Amino acid sequence: MAFDPSILAVQFVSGLCRAMILFLMASGLTLVFGVMRVINFAHGAFYMLGAYLAFSITQMLSTVPGGFWIALVIAPIIVSLVGGLVEIFLLRRIYDKEHLLQILLTYALIFVLNDLTKMIWGVELRMVNMPPVLGGFVPFLDHQFPVYYFFILGVGLAVAIAIWFLLQRTRFGKLLRAAAEHRDMVDALGYNVGGLFTIVFMMATWLGGLAGVVIAPTVRISLGMGMEIIIEAFLVVIIGGLGNVWGALLGALITGQLYAFGILIIEKYAMAFLFALAALIIIFRPAGLLGKTTQEGG
Amino acid sequence: MSCNRTQHWSWWLVAAIILIALPFVLEKAVSQYYVYLAIKIIVWALFAMSFNLVLGYGGMMSFGHAAFYGVGAYCAALLIVKASWPMPLAFLAAPVAAALAGLVIGFFSVRIKGVFYFAVLTLSFAQLLYIIVFKWRSFTFGDDGIQGIPVPDIISTQDSYIGYYFFALAVALVCIYLLWRIGRSPFGLMLRALRDNPQRSTFIGMNVQNYRLIAFTISAFFSGVAGALFTFLETSVSPDVLFWSNSGEVILMGLLGGMDVFLGPALGAAIMVLLNSFITSYTQYWQICLGVTLILIVLVFPQGVGGLMAKFYSTWKGEKRA
Repeated sequence: MAFDPSILAVQFVSGLCRAMILFLMASGLTLVFGVMRVINFAHGAFYMLGAYLAFSITQMLSTVPGGFWIALVIAPIIVSLVGGLVEIFLLRRIYDKEHLLQILLTYALIFVLNDLTKMIWGVELRMVNMPPVLGGFVPFLDHQFPVYYFFILGVGLAVAIAIWFLLQRTRFGKLLRAAAEHRDMVDALGYNVGGLFTIVFMMATWLGGLAGVVIAPTVRISLGMGMEIIIEAFLVVIIGGLGNVWGALLGALITGQLYAFGILIIEKYAMAFLFALAALIIIFRPAGLLGKTTQEGG
Repeated sequence: MSCNRTQHWSWWLVAAIILIALPFVLEKAVSQYYVYLAIKIIVWALFAMSFNLVLGYGGMMSFGHAAFYGVGAYCAALLIVKASWPMPLAFLAAPVAAALAGLVIGFFSVRIKGVFYFAVLTLSFAQLLYIIVFKWRSFTFGDDGIQGIPVPDIISTQDSYIGYYFFALAVALVCIYLLWRIGRSPFGLMLRALRDNPQRSTFIGMNVQNYRLIAFTISAFFSGVAGALFTFLETSVSPDVLFWSNSGEVILMGLLGGMDVFLGPALGAAIMVLLNSFITSYTQYWQICLGVTLILIVLVFPQGVGGLMAKFYSTWKGEKRA
């Protein structure tokens, strides 16, 4: 089967979009792991929550222009508030427990968040309308690409730059990096590590919620969407290196492309390539592509 | 001591009578469906207990045990449908195939350090297998699955589930007895030593990876038995048996029942199956009940329901002795 070069261009751009969504998800996972040493299985549930909130907010504001933009601002904030509650009431109690119990707690949280979502929004598939400004197509490389694709790319890039700035150029970022290396030392220096953890978890869930809002106009919103993406996000952080934000970006870019081109070979089950790559990485380079070799890894 | 012995035996007798009478009582008092549920509990209890050899004894959180359950289920079905093997032979071959799968996946996995890496690696292998079964239509029938697998009349579930109940019970009891022996053997003790302190275990000359690989393979073997039991119960099989949610469920059963008590995972399996079928008939929100229960267990009773019962039992016995 000969590939039309323009198909390759289409797959490349759609792979980039997928990568950006995955990066939003994986950066949250990896931040939480890097600083708090907790694997958050429920991260996908926050993504789902973001999408459902986007649906409700755009519905409520359907008569007002710019409803989507308001949802883009508000929905992730609501998600991060829920995240804050989860950290304060649940996660805080298990930091000193074994990793197994931490994973199981966040796993159990998926059930709770899923059913709460079902109670509020029901089981029907929901849709969010594309904001009119982003609804068109642009010609690029002999092809018509949805404007929305470029919006997703823009959001992903903006978040990557913002995270870089936050971690490298601010005092708070310095504190985060210090806490990731030596939690006890930061504590001993008189910083409120507990509060720091709450903020990190809220940031991570904000990113998850944002990913949910951004993806919302392009998919049917369903109760299963959180679980679908969380496993892929796990593979991304494994490939890139757990606890490393740039690893998450690299892992997302690789995963996105592998998926986009993989579906040309086995449509619907391109995930097979991702599982195979993740397995190879764990076996031969468990720290991931950009991880430090001394990672303890959950 | 002699008093203790007789008490011991009377407990066994009571358990045996209950297990034998149960399907007849259920069929008379309620319906066939409850006998079916009882068999389902037996199958899941066996799966959860074989899984516990890896999680509870070995401290390895496999997130891919559906692979071995599924290989057992598919092997039994395919040998009958494709190769026309007699059912007993297919039933014996299924756990061997599962153990082989366990040996291969375990070979790559047991050396991995870190709960999360181990979990994702085993998950990846299991999902690859799931996708292969899904895509390889000519061999596995893909997502159509395999229906109408013939079984001998004596265990046929056509008219009554009672025959199959006793078959599944007998198989499961033999397997559980073997698992009990393995857990108490020097091998089982070493495995636990290794879980609690891998460094010291290495110092005293244990080959950590070999022990873990053997445990993983044995666990896969018995998971395969459970898978084959499931195939003949349903007389059909679909790729769903390999899906990761089954791996997740068996972990939750262990946690729910208690991983440090021998029968804990079986108890967890019973609770999950019953909760699933009863709560779903009252409310569509059974997940939230499960989730809240699990959160309570993690935060308040990490020893699980079985551990809690064992604790009550020992304080009760202590009081009686005093």
